[in-house]
Amino acid sequence: MRLRFIITEVFQGLRRNTTMAFSVIIVTLVSLAFVGAAALLQTQVGKLKDDWYDKVEVSIFLCPNVSVFAQCKAGPVTDAQQEEIIRVLETGALGDIVEQVYPESKEEAWENLLKRDPDGFFAQQLTADDMQPSLRVKLKDPEQFALVADAVGELDGVEHVFDQREVFDTLFQILNRATLLAAALAVVMLLAAMLLITTTIRLSALSRRRETTIMRMVGSSKTLIQLPFMLEGVIAATTGAVLSIIGLWLTVRYLVQDWLVTSNLNWVDYIDQGDVLAVAPWLILIALGLSAVSSLVTLGRYTSA
Amino acid sequence: MINFNEVSKVYTRGARPALDEVTVAIERGDFVFLVGASGSGKSTFLKLVLREERPTSGRIHVAGRDLGRLASWRVPLLRREIGAVFQDFRLLPNKNVFQNVAFALQVIGKNRRYIDSSVPEILDLVGLGGKEKRLPHELSGGEQQRVAIARAFVNRPPILLCDEPTGNLDPGTSVGIMKLLDRINRTGTTVLMATHDDLIVDQMRKRVIELREGRVVRDQLQGVYGLEPA
Repeated sequence: MRLRFIITEVFQGLRRNTTMAFSVIIVTLVSLAFVGAAALLQTQVGKLKDDWYDKVEVSIFLCPNVSVFAQCKAGPVTDAQQEEIIRVLETGALGDIVEQVYPESKEEAWENLLKRDPDGFFAQQLTADDMQPSLRVKLKDPEQFALVADAVGELDGVEHVFDQREVFDTLFQILNRATLLAAALAVVMLLAAMLLITTTIRLSALSRRRETTIMRMVGSSKTLIQLPFMLEGVIAATTGAVLSIIGLWLTVRYLVQDWLVTSNLNWVDYIDQGDVLAVAPWLILIALGLSAVSSLVTLGRYTSA
Repeated sequence: MINFNEVSKVYTRGARPALDEVTVAIERGDFVFLVGASGSGKSTFLKLVLREERPTSGRIHVAGRDLGRLASWRVPLLRREIGAVFQDFRLLPNKNVFQNVAFALQVIGKNRRYIDSSVPEILDLVGLGGKEKRLPHELSGGEQQRVAIARAFVNRPPILLCDEPTGNLDPGTSVGIMKLLDRINRTGTTVLMATHDDLIVDQMRKRVIELREGRVVRDQLQGVYGLEPA
């Protein structure tokens, strides 16, 4: 009886307040879409890091025959200097960080260049002697780059140390800023959603003041009086959350999986629908929390004595 | 049934108290008129009984409960022991007579079988048998008040509070309502009725408690509305 009573009350309330219910749905839809987008962007950043940081190396360029760098004034790197650098990398404190060191001689660098672009400008104009020997260092954790740079940067025979991650940093910065923007918009929209839910519940409570007064008078429990209003907010907000999940799912399905993955940018690992489903429960939780907080701040005032 | 022990109620600090050291004992089965001019404290008295307000000082017992120690989640249980009837009827305009009375039972969790048997019974008692399907606006004022009384009494509370129940009714109709309240009182229900209606008070010859500026100035068995011209 009570359950049926609550359900009828909720749907009567939603019907009476259709426009408000729709606006709550739309605002939560938009705000949670931003929350979800921020989360998915971060997931994408994570995937890219996992993917690329496995492949990146630190390159220690050694002094070539001719160099503009001051630390190479003494001339090209000697074998003894190179061995000393490798020793530093493979033993002591760095030994734990460095996974492997691949020396690349001038000749190897030349061959690699020829392989990459045999008819290009550099292959035509340069010889093996113009190339620069280097050490390719693979780190167990690419984030530890600074330690390597500090330890070997000043050694004799080192020209400069280059972290390949720098190449991706701009991209990550763009993605991180996009995340921040989405999160900021989400916060503003969530605030709007909360105010809107508060207003909706208040209007609903005021329009049914006659009923709630009688309910209080005849000794209905507080829960039974307030629950229908809370549920109205919860249903509207959750509907918005579900719609935002559907929207994100469709975006990932058609924009990312169908378009980006088949485009010429297909060499990176993209987020898929599974990632949307991983975010989904959180979006629903936010919607529930939002409506719960709104109800709490409103109902005490409008349905009690 | 209802005991006030030196009860005072001050709404705004410094102002004259709405109730001032009121001590009253109303026993089970009593029929009591609460009379007095507007602002004499009648409404405050009723609100304190319903625990819509709490006293500034003093102790109140209603239906065996000490209201000062009553946890707020138990207030609904207190109110199930008190039926309340108001001057403005307070019916739901979009519900018919049966639904209006049934509403009071639905919202305290009674099942459908109980509702289907007790609502027609109470409608017969108040003299509205056969009018279950009417909407409030299709009824006369007296009939609307009978619906309100049916709603207040359908759960058979031991106490019935009436706040000016005849205030919107003509004298003839009022007599009918009073007969109904008297019949309910004869079933053992305590009836406490706040009123301005001197004709009714003088006719009924029941106990009269008169408030003036928040104080009990008269508590008289088989009293009349006013000993001295108001």
